[in-house]
Amino acid sequence: MRARIFVTPRQGILDPQGRAVEHALKTLGFDGVSGVKVGRYIVLDVDDSLSPEDARVAVTRMCDRLLANPLIEDYRLEVDSE
Amino acid sequence: MKWGVVSFPGSLDDRDALGALRDVMEQDAVALWHRDESLGAVDCVVLPGGFSYGDYLRCGAIARFAPIMKSIARFAADGGLVMGICNGFQILCEAHLLPGALTRNRSLSFICETASLRVENAATPFTRAARKGQILRIPIKHGEGLYVAPDDELDRMERRGQVILRYASADGESADAANPNGSMRSIAGVANETFNVFGLMPHPEHAVEKILGGEDGRIIFQSIIRSLHSSQASAV
Repeated sequence: MRARIFVTPRQGILDPQGRAVEHALKTLGFDGVSGVKVGRYIVLDVDDSLSPEDARVAVTRMCDRLLANPLIEDYRLEVDSE
Repeated sequence: MKWGVVSFPGSLDDRDALGALRDVMEQDAVALWHRDESLGAVDCVVLPGGFSYGDYLRCGAIARFAPIMKSIARFAADGGLVMGICNGFQILCEAHLLPGALTRNRSLSFICETASLRVENAATPFTRAARKGQILRIPIKHGEGLYVAPDDELDRMERRGQVILRYASADGESADAANPNGSMRSIAGVANETFNVFGLMPHPEHAVEKILGGEDGRIIFQSIIRSLHSSQASAV
């Protein structure tokens, strides 16, 4: 089973990368772009013997302990159920 | 009195810290390895600068789970003195031994320069050889030194005196222009609530000899030596 984790800078936390990318996009003429955030995308396989619910619980624990720092980052995860 | 300096894979300044302690401060200092489970009989632990585990994921995020970190957490809980320099500061934040986190510099560039730091609290084991308001000139070299913590947490830390060092101009003004990395409230170094764990982005071990640009870093080491002496004296 495949899990996809999207880690982004938390709302209100300075994201200089997002700001630099936003500035670059505007320089290229892409007007009307705002709220750019640059984060991290993590893909991992979890044991197929787990139910999708248990896999989600396990991946959530991984995020809270290691993959994201809740003080400065938000995360969202998707677990394939096929 | 004995010091321990921890090496993680990717630590850079472990040897400089050992050199500063042994050759300049004339201390008994031992090298500790990240896989050691015991600290031995050390009185102060230094987590040095560098790029532990390649700074993968987040700076310090992987090092905080190294076997030695369990012993360091116990040592700190028992009141032992722990100082994290640069990457060591990042590791202590990730390990929740210090509040806050360190993220990418505002400028996005790696900064290598000598910073002016104002001592905000001189009544700590790490700054007692300094005066409150004294300016220390100590080098910084980091890409991820922007200190972040929730505003209410910062308010509590300021009230308790946990903000130990702040970036300032050479005449002691804490203006935004003197903040090299965009740290919230220009914070360069903080302590935990019990003032026995200290983290700072500047490198005192690189400022212990005049010929290498300055020796204000000695003040930090002298403070710790004095604290250890007085705690040993009171234990006898």
